[in-house]
Amino acid sequence: MTADEARAMYRMMRLIRRYEDQMAEIYVEGKTPLFSIAAGTVPGEMHLAAGQEPVAVGVCRHLRPEDAVTSTHRPHHVAIAKGVDLKRMTAEIFGRQDGLCGGKGGHMHLFDPAVHFSCSGIVGAGFPPAVGSAMAFRRAGDDRVAVAFAGEGAANQGTFHESLNLAALWHLPVVFVIEDNHYAVSVPKAGSTAIAKNSDRAAAYGVPGLYVAGNDVLAVDEVAREAIARARAGSGPTLIEIETSRLYGHFQGDAEGYLQAGEKDAWRQQDPIPRFRQMLMERNWLTAAEDAEIEAAVAKEVADAVDYARQSETPDPSTALTGVFAAPEVSQAS
Amino acid sequence: MATSVAERKLTMARAISEAIDQAMTEDPSVLVMGEDVGPYGGIFGATGGLYEKWGSERVLDTPISESAFIGAAIGASAEGLRPIVELMFVDFFGVAMDQIYNHLAKNYYMSGGTVKHPVVLMTAVGGGYSDAAQHSQVLTGLFAHIPGLKVVMPSNAFDAKGLMLEAIADDNPVLFAFHKGLMGLGWMPSDDQAAVGVPESSYRIPFGQAAVARPGRDATIVTIGAMVHRAVRAAEAVRDRIDAEVIDLRTLVPIDRAAIVDSVRRTHRLLVVDEDYRSFGMSGEVAAIAAEEALDYLEAPIRRLAVPDVPIPYSRVLEQAVIPSADAIEAVLTAWARGA
Repeated sequence: MTADEARAMYRMMRLIRRYEDQMAEIYVEGKTPLFSIAAGTVPGEMHLAAGQEPVAVGVCRHLRPEDAVTSTHRPHHVAIAKGVDLKRMTAEIFGRQDGLCGGKGGHMHLFDPAVHFSCSGIVGAGFPPAVGSAMAFRRAGDDRVAVAFAGEGAANQGTFHESLNLAALWHLPVVFVIEDNHYAVSVPKAGSTAIAKNSDRAAAYGVPGLYVAGNDVLAVDEVAREAIARARAGSGPTLIEIETSRLYGHFQGDAEGYLQAGEKDAWRQQDPIPRFRQMLMERNWLTAAEDAEIEAAVAKEVADAVDYARQSETPDPSTALTGVFAAPEVSQAS
Repeated sequence: MATSVAERKLTMARAISEAIDQAMTEDPSVLVMGEDVGPYGGIFGATGGLYEKWGSERVLDTPISESAFIGAAIGASAEGLRPIVELMFVDFFGVAMDQIYNHLAKNYYMSGGTVKHPVVLMTAVGGGYSDAAQHSQVLTGLFAHIPGLKVVMPSNAFDAKGLMLEAIADDNPVLFAFHKGLMGLGWMPSDDQAAVGVPESSYRIPFGQAAVARPGRDATIVTIGAMVHRAVRAAEAVRDRIDAEVIDLRTLVPIDRAAIVDSVRRTHRLLVVDEDYRSFGMSGEVAAIAAEEALDYLEAPIRRLAVPDVPIPYSRVLEQAVIPSADAIEAVLTAWARGA
């Protein structure tokens, strides 16, 4: 790890955090004094990933644009780290015509084929497509890999077990990344999962399973590097579970009555971004001036994306009726 | 047709496997995966001989993990493959429906047209051999209800080959349903009418084009799949009293509205025959199309014959009581012939 690499990771984490904080602010626009999920600049549900930056950054920095990633209903951090176009992503979240999906997807259904990114609002649904992408990569005979991100709650879905078995059986270049943010909506991990670490479930499928404690980007980086290299080398899948924290609620508007007293304060005190900054400064890898530059740069990047989204038109309502099917191939008459 | 119909009769099972083989020859991105599609050749013979020819890299037996392997087709197709995924019985799709109706069917639309899934979901449908409620359904209406899925159900070997080649070439997900009783299997009651002349060459039948299985002037029977042959037999039985036209839709999505409407405007009577459940399905949809576009031409109420909203029962006599029969079709035609 060089200082430049570490600073780049830090910058990416700051960009994600800035983005999520900005989304939290914009989300309440038009929703006051009475909250309505349908109102405002950004309607619908909003699941923010502040606090989970180490997962996205530590993993995605080992990926290339042509590697495939599937993410979840809480996708922004992974999308940003994977290199999804921030302006068009923001326009999509705003439901505008210049959005990645022309306003048909929204925040839980972002697709950016340029960087092979997709996500789904259905818990556990990203595992099978990632396995399929890995099938295609192996068939193409190159060293691309697929990574499926999912929450710890998703590891109790059948798709997780079916897909991990299939990936192991076929020795596919895929990595499963479980983001353990302690809660599946309101249910704590201990209330949903029979064992403490989902990574232990890898043993059932004969693949390596690694748990990364502490929401520490450098620890994630190390484990992810090895798992992705392993997949690229044709040595098969790896299951990684990463302890992290969800600094906003499950969704914006979540009163979080299910949290233990002081639980969130503890997460905030362990916020991975100030910790990483302190470490970088102690190593003399980051100066206060550089930090300020990074802060200004990510603020501008986010502001530019938001400006782009605000200036984009809403889609023509008639487009709701188009694009259900891809244009038919020219068919020869029978 | 690309070539004249040589009198080389094939069973529907052979026609389907020949279509897949030709597609695999033409396009290296085509592969087959599913339960028992390899050395076994598919429980109903639809992938017979493919494993021997193409090997395990392109004909893949899967674990009994339907969400995983149907979902894998989503990622594989997004990355350039054209998977044909067989899931033995349509009744088994329940465990994998999230991957199908929330992802495979919707991703093209949700992505603003940037992600395509050229996937064929192939499955066996239908009853008539006492396999009871969990192995005898048709359920095509369930799939046709979901925006983003095309739904195909051939009634004979010629159509099966051309529709399969079209399905593989289509850039959209296609449910290809074959009726077990049309496959020409030695161990299953099979309708001889389904084994017809099939050209050896590769040819495609466009979706959304119904076929006239029997021309007629006095009544229209709109149907699909195995029911086509029952309808033709019933129409032949009463030909001296009433001349019924039998329309084989061949595809439910897209549906050939014009064929339905044109026929009803000529014959003034409509009977819809479907082996799927009666309510909220194909029979209601076809009736609605006639009501929307040909109501003034109808001289009798629209009639429907379909499974009367009960699970398919096991005992032979019970099963025969719920699946539309040639006799039941004949009874409707006879009543019309009497001036009803």
